[in-house]
This record gives sequence, structure tokens and C-alpha cells, in this order.
Amino acid sequence: MALITCENISLAYENNVVLSDLSFSVHTGDYLCIVGENGSGKSTLIKALLSFKRPLCGSIRFGDGLRQNEIGYLPQQTGAQKDFPASVWEVVQSGCMNQSGFFPFYSAAQRRLARESLEKLDLWDLRRRSYRELSGGQQQRALLARALCATRKLLLLDEPVAGLDPIATHEMYRLIQQLNQQGITVIMVSHDIQSAVQYASHILHLHNRPLFFGKTADYLKSSVAKQFLGGEAHD
Amino acid sequence: MIDLFLQMLSYPFLNRAIVVGTLVSLCASLLGVSLVLKRYSMIGDGLSHVGFGALAIATAANAAPLAVAIPIVVAAAFLLLRLSENSKIKGDAAIALISTGALAIGVMAISLSNGTNIDVYNYMFGSILAMSRGDVRLSVVLAAAVLTLYVIFYHKIFAITFDENFARATGVKAGWYNMLIALLTAITIVLGMRLMGTLLISSLVIFPALTSMRILKSFRSVVICSAVLSVLCFLIGIFFSYIWSTPTGASIVCVNIAAFFVFWAASFLLCRQRNR
Repeated sequence: MALITCENISLAYENNVVLSDLSFSVHTGDYLCIVGENGSGKSTLIKALLSFKRPLCGSIRFGDGLRQNEIGYLPQQTGAQKDFPASVWEVVQSGCMNQSGFFPFYSAAQRRLARESLEKLDLWDLRRRSYRELSGGQQQRALLARALCATRKLLLLDEPVAGLDPIATHEMYRLIQQLNQQGITVIMVSHDIQSAVQYASHILHLHNRPLFFGKTADYLKSSVAKQFLGGEAHD
Repeated sequence: MIDLFLQMLSYPFLNRAIVVGTLVSLCASLLGVSLVLKRYSMIGDGLSHVGFGALAIATAANAAPLAVAIPIVVAAAFLLLRLSENSKIKGDAAIALISTGALAIGVMAISLSNGTNIDVYNYMFGSILAMSRGDVRLSVVLAAAVLTLYVIFYHKIFAITFDENFARATGVKAGWYNMLIALLTAITIVLGMRLMGTLLISSLVIFPALTSMRILKSFRSVVICSAVLSVLCFLIGIFFSYIWSTPTGASIVCVNIAAFFVFWAASFLLCRQRNR
């Protein structure tokens, strides 16, 4: 059974349909990149996967024991966060929230989990530093560590390299690839089509409806990709 | 100095003001950290204006002030929260609209009920004499509720303050906690506004958090520092106002301003030292 199965979903704001007739499935270990232009329905699809938004029709099903609140979500940064007084530890620890239920404090197991995530992403030495003093790349890594606390199975990344310099971008892609190789499924929304085809195993190309869904190798041969990649190259 | 302080405590009305003020300052500062960081600072100001309108109507209609003001301000808090989240009128404009509207209605209510002898000045800038025994009881209950809820939900409050979308993705009912914060803020403001004044009460929400954020770097330390600072500034302010017979609300805000500049200067110096 697939980790996530979407069948014929349509998404709309009030009566404006932004995405229609979308079907795709994600299996454990996949690295799916969702690409498309601005306004093509990528962010709306993310909201639907996180159940912030109910599909107009169709269904989204979770399998392989994945629970709704066990998605490791990496949102785009908001302006308010950039000068937020919080230590890296506090930020990463908040990823363990979904295991607390109604219990108000973090358990030893949750603290261990936060420590493991920090160590995995090489942030342990920065844990007492303030989030607002970190570089853009480090902030993004802290948010990735937080997402890792929330999940063992699936990361959902919303433009994880937006606003990063080339070195930090490369580093971020390397980390995501590493996590994927350790068995964590990755769904990433990206504008960076070149890197998408370089790293992802599957591509979903949206333009208010699915233009392509399948393996990256097949995508590169498709006419959609030739147009899109060609178009990018002229920029 | 200590003699003066003890002398101050011998007046029952001052006693009541100190108890209510301390507890309100404490609650306002705790809630303020979240409000300031979520960019909702003006909600406090908007609510106090709504509170003014409600109090004016209550007095004009000869009703119990708190029984009228609390429900109205709570309703306004939910409305403002809704408006700033999703609406065609953006948050800041919505707050300006509601607060000036409520102010105007309050002034109309007062002028139409001429003869009931209401002092607008006291509402605007606060009065130390306004606290009754019932207020003391209510503020103790409120403070206990705010502190308990804050400790129980501390981690969840941090999560939704830092990143509401992520918190929602991990199953935290963010809307529910936002409502809780709005509810507690509304009650805190209604309780504090007769002491501090309509125009000054929101400073208790905003100043301590902003001051602490000059220097401190983790959420926990900002929360604790705000709480301590807020109570301290209140006590110093009310003491000064007693000695020099200055208006209470304004004195407290002035102490807060002083604290802000001290912290700001300190952060500047710390920064210079680090860069050296």
C-alpha cells in the first residue's frame, strides 16, 4: 500500500477551482518533487495534504501506518520568525509536540528525539544559540530538524531553499538526499527545476491540473519537461 | 523609603490597587509576549477602546460595569482575531475601525446621559480609586487562571506563536489556543483599564515583552523576564505616583519607558562588546 494516495482530487477557494482531477501516489522511500509556475496549485496541494483544506471532491488516503499529524512539515519562513527570540533547542523541541497529546510537558524520550535530530543535522553545538542570530541556511536546517522530530516517515518541504545562497542551497539538498537515503520519504515543492530533476525520483508537474506525474527519467523525455526546462534556460 | 511604602499599604484603596495592578501586570506581560511576537500588539489597544465604550454604556444604563464590559470586550477580541486572520479588511485597519468606533460610541453614551456625573478623564487615564473588593477577587481568579493555563499550555503557546502552520500540521488546535489567548487578554484588559486608563492599558501588554526582547534570546527567558519586569515596573510606578502624586497609569508607563531604554542601551553595549 502507498504512503499517500490522492484520487481525483479537486481543490478550490470559494468557487475558484485552482487544481482539478489530480491523482497520484507516493510510496515509502520516494523523493517526489512538485513543480509548476506560481499559482499552479502547489501550495494549495500542500494545504490539502496537511488537511488544512478539504478537497472539493476526491480523496486523500494515508497508508503504511502514517498518521495525519505525523508529517514532518517544513513551511516557508514568515517575516515574524526572522527576529523571534527562541533558542534552537526550543524550536527543534517543538517538533515533538505531536507525541505529547494532552500532556503539558516533554518526556525524556521526546528530549532524546530532539537531541538525535539536532545531532543528525549537525546543530547540537548551536542549540543554545538564538534562532534569530543564525544564518539563513542554519535557520532552515533548524526547521528541518524540527520537521524530523515530528516524523519518522514523511517530510513535506515547502520550497526549502528559497532565499538561500548557493552553498547553503547545495548543503540543504545534500541533507535532504541523505535523509531520503535513510528511508524517509520526501515530498518537496520547488521552483528550482534543475535541482528537482537532479535529486528527485518522481516529478509531479502542475498547472492547475496535472501535466505530468511519473519517474524523473520519464519526465525528462516528456514534452512538458522540454518546454519547461527549455523555458528556464532562456531566463 | 520602607516607611513610606508601609504608610502606602495602610490605605485600603491603595492596597486593592496594588493587588489588582500587580496581578494584571503579570497576566498582561505573559500574554503580551505572544501578542507582540504574533504581531497582534494593537489588539490590546483596540480592546481597551472597546472596553471604554462598554463601560460608558454600562454606567449610562446604570448596570454593573464589569458584567457589561467583559462579554462585550471578549466578543470584540474574537471578532478582531477573526478579522486579522481572514478577511478583506486587513488586521490593522480593522482594529483602527473598531477602536475608534467604540470610542465614539462611548463618548456619545456619556454625553447623552448627562447628569449621571461621569468623569471621562478617569476612564481615559485611569484612577487609583476605582478598584473595589469585587475587582480584587476577580483579578485573583483571573491571575490564577492565566498562570495555570500558561504553565499547562506553555509549549503549545510557544509552538503556535513561533509557527502556527507547523503547529497545526502536528495536530495542535491553533484556532482554539488563539481564542484562549484572546479571551484572557480581553479579561485582563477590562480589569486593568480602570486602574491604568483606556489609553494606557495596552502599554502593560506591549512594553515588558519588547523590553525583554532587547537582550534575551530564548522564549522562556523572555517570558520570565517580562513577567518580573512588568510587576517591578508597576510597583515602582505606583510608588512614585504616591510620593509625587502623579497620575498612576502614566507613572507606570514612564517607568516602563525607562526600563525599555535601559535594556536597549544594554543590548547596544553587549553587541559592541561582542564585536570587539
